[in-house]
Amino acid sequence: MYVAVKGGEAAIRNAHKLLADRRRGDRSVPALTLEQITGQLALAVDRVMAEGSLYDCGLAALAVKQARGDMIEAIFLLRAYRTTLPRFGYTRPIETAAMLVERRVSATYKDLPGGQLLGPTFDYTHRLLDPELAGDSDPATPETRERESEAMPRVSDILAHEGLIEEDGSLPENREPGDITREAPEFPMDRDLRLQALSRGDEGFLLALGYSTQRGFGRNHPFAGEIRIGEVDVEIDVPELDFPLTLGRIRVTECQMVNQFKGSMKVPPQFTRGYGLVFGQSERKAMAMALCDRALRASELGEDITAPAQDEEFVISHADNVQATGFVEHLKLPHYVDFQAELGLVRQMRREYEERRQADAEKPQRREAAE
Amino acid sequence: MVSRQERQATLERRREAMAVMAAAPGETLMQLWSSAALPEEAETLRGPETGLVTVRGRMGGGGAAFNFGEATVTRATVKLATGEVGHAYMLGREKTKAKVAALVDALRQKPEFETLIEEKILAPLRDKLAEGDAERRSETAATRVDFFTMVRGED
Repeated sequence: MYVAVKGGEAAIRNAHKLLADRRRGDRSVPALTLEQITGQLALAVDRVMAEGSLYDCGLAALAVKQARGDMIEAIFLLRAYRTTLPRFGYTRPIETAAMLVERRVSATYKDLPGGQLLGPTFDYTHRLLDPELAGDSDPATPETRERESEAMPRVSDILAHEGLIEEDGSLPENREPGDITREAPEFPMDRDLRLQALSRGDEGFLLALGYSTQRGFGRNHPFAGEIRIGEVDVEIDVPELDFPLTLGRIRVTECQMVNQFKGSMKVPPQFTRGYGLVFGQSERKAMAMALCDRALRASELGEDITAPAQDEEFVISHADNVQATGFVEHLKLPHYVDFQAELGLVRQMRREYEERRQADAEKPQRREAAE
Repeated sequence: MVSRQERQATLERRREAMAVMAAAPGETLMQLWSSAALPEEAETLRGPETGLVTVRGRMGGGGAAFNFGEATVTRATVKLATGEVGHAYMLGREKTKAKVAALVDALRQKPEFETLIEEKILAPLRDKLAEGDAERRSETAATRVDFFTMVRGED
């Protein structure tokens, strides 16, 4: 039974006013601009775009600001916004081999064509807090080096010659890629849908699952074959023009995980692969995604499913942090009537329990009396 | 008669021009547009309007396609009094930029404007984009690892 309860409007209004004030903080300090957020908190913006599954730096920066830096709240705002927009279509698949590379490393080949390019990385920093950054620091302009631009083939293509590594991954010809934003999830799920879900999945959740595979829960012997970050063209075919249009460029992070594989009844010994592709500069997420993608291919490769990271329904159903936060956080909303009903039930059960105990306690006495 | 090859070349030039405008910063395009002082009269057939496209990737980089996220896109279509129709599609939400790009696409179909647009708008945009890319490449190149091997012992 639902019981309508009125009241709380004034409290809600005032709470939101208070939120706006606290979000603004000290009025004597200048307010953050969106340019400052996209420019100086760029990786926060990237994470919101990746998990909000919407590429738009300005909107993601606004979401970060509105959410007071609460990432999941910002992701939620972006997801809510995307539902208000019409859909113009699906792009052609991006060509990561043709990327304008800003970082590219391989842990499997030292001297690979195109080289190891560290780019703007946290790697090899000492993780010591820098007091200079507390002020208005003015770093030196970056070094430059002129060099003939070289082709940068994907590492997977280099190994492919020997036939010791599996191919990129295929689906039946002419199969239209599935879309989790349009269809309800069904298990078992094909790899295209899993990749879409993982790409927008929560970084922390995928990181923990990826870590669990390294610690022995579904171990699959990974190497970071290649990680590349940079900009790719986005192209689309539209009915009004008979050539593909270039819409501009987006930054993505791609991870090719290469996994040693001793073979199974289905597949001979070789290197298998996991794939990660994420909006923005998000190396940790792309690596975690690739580990999870590989783990979730267990049944395709004839492996035993023994660990959480290999359980497709478990991983995919819990990877989305907007769904997760919705269900967890709804617990704090009024459940007064539900709770009253439960309270009545628990009281009754307790009464029955006490009565049973009383009855049991009286039984031996009666027996004694009979003796 | 226009040969197939010529028609193909015209299409390719148009495709490239639209790509350059889409990639350009809105501000730069607007500045070049105003200084080119081209006629602005046109009927708006569609938009400018903002919507979404679903971006696709490929498994393993080169395998089967999958949908991996969405991006905002703004589009516009205009028609000149003389009948030329111009289109624009670009990432982002800049409506004025899309409108101007559609106008430029329509105007450059007229022989009298093609060279002017090439010189005053497209060439400077192309240069700016190339300059930005070259800078990015050389900054990245400076972080390239040059491995060297330490020789141990005597030989």
